[in-house]
Amino acid sequence: MDPTAAKFIGAGLACFALIGAGIGIGNIFGNYLSGALRNPSAAPGQFTNLLIGFALAEATGLFGLLVALIILFG
Amino acid sequence: MLASLAVLAAATAEATEQSGGLPQLYAPDFAPQLIWLAITFGALYFILSRWSLPRVAEVIEERRDRIQRDLDEADRLKGETEKALAAYEQELAAARGRAGSIARETRDKLAAEVDQERARADSQVNAKLEDAEKRIGQMKSKALAQVNEIATETAGAVVEKLIGAEVSAEEARRALEPVPGE
Amino acid sequence: MHQFQIYRLTELEILGFDASFTNASLFMVLAVVLIVGFLALSMTGRSLVPTRIQSVAELSYEFIANMVRENVGQAGMKYFPFVFSLFVFILVLNLIGMIPYTFTVTSHIIVTFALAALVFVVVTGIGFARHGFGYLRLFVPDGVPVWLMPLIVPIELISYLIRPVSLSVRLFANMMAGHTMLKVFAGFVVSLGVFGIAPLLFTIAFTGLEFVVAILQAFIFTVLTCIYLNDAVNMHH
Repeated sequence: MDPTAAKFIGAGLACFALIGAGIGIGNIFGNYLSGALRNPSAAPGQFTNLLIGFALAEATGLFGLLVALIILFG
Repeated sequence: MLASLAVLAAATAEATEQSGGLPQLYAPDFAPQLIWLAITFGALYFILSRWSLPRVAEVIEERRDRIQRDLDEADRLKGETEKALAAYEQELAAARGRAGSIARETRDKLAAEVDQERARADSQVNAKLEDAEKRIGQMKSKALAQVNEIATETAGAVVEKLIGAEVSAEEARRALEPVPGE
Repeated sequence: MHQFQIYRLTELEILGFDASFTNASLFMVLAVVLIVGFLALSMTGRSLVPTRIQSVAELSYEFIANMVRENVGQAGMKYFPFVFSLFVFILVLNLIGMIPYTFTVTSHIIVTFALAALVFVVVTGIGFARHGFGYLRLFVPDGVPVWLMPLIVPIELISYLIRPVSLSVRLFANMMAGHTMLKVFAGFVVSLGVFGIAPLLFTIAFTGLEFVVAILQAFIFTVLTCIYLNDAVNMHH
């Protein structure tokens, strides 16, 4: 196989990590929203935790993206 | 700023593309970045912690103190007002009680005076009544005595006229003495 | 990848190390000047009733102070200047990077890694200074059966050691991914001709999102620093 093609395929595969990040982020915000609608008064207190969860979930996806970028350009 | 941007643009233009890799992973660029990061962040931390942040903190602190002071002052004034109000109410109650007692005293005193007066008046009246009664009794007995005298005289005169004999006053009186058992 | 390129503006050498003044250095210096200048300018009046610019400075102060107080407690206020410096430094660097033709310092892994490593070293230092070797109990959670220890302790240790990596990669990857994505879609605008309007609109919307990300990532970096500080200062697990 052409090494360049393999590189691109590898980078594309590495981007699959973003699927998980997407699911995770959607989960976090969805659950936050449903929780916030049940008990709106408690919602602002959990906003920091929401952002932390979002950042943690996003970071895992970005690791994959990073791998893809390194494969492509590294 | 503009000058440095111009220099930057020039540098960009003439820079040869280094390899094909990610610029972030180009190791020879690490050292200057680290050194300048240390310099700039160190300077930032030093200036902020020594100079900028204490200034901000001072103003915020001062405002908080000021608000706290004002609140305390307001609290104190409120306490004073309440104290004054309580004192006023106490005073009012005391005054009301005093007024009540004065009224009662006055009433009692007046009643006592009235009673005394009445008693005195009564006794005076009684005395006068007794006096009057006594005087009436005297006058009555005097009158009665005079009646006897007149009767005696009249009887003497009548007897004299009738029989032509002089009757002494003594006799006439005796004759006119009330009959016992009358 | 041209926007991430480092250019040497002045060649410089300190103690045998290459300390050239690069475009990254320029924007770091610019950020420091902006921050200090802004704080100095906003606090010139120092009025009891804040002016508009003064209240911005005070709001940012209160924002970070509350974050430290909530996450670390009153004992953590000692490290407030450090946390505040980190926050404004990253925030301003991120926001400067949003201006076209500027350079995003935080899109370089070496810079973010150095910052994260600094946080790691500071936090670990504080932990050992406050608790001595008792700080190692951080890796031994309460209420875990002894036979699980050989498994739990290495996991805790690794999750502790991986902190600077995840902290730095998160910031770096966010900044770099955003900028790369903008560039890729901006390239579509030209290549698609008339239909380039679609990627153009997307680019505009995405720029707004990038501003949010720039602020959010500075915030996340700071919050995580506070949480790590809390571990070191209070040690309740």
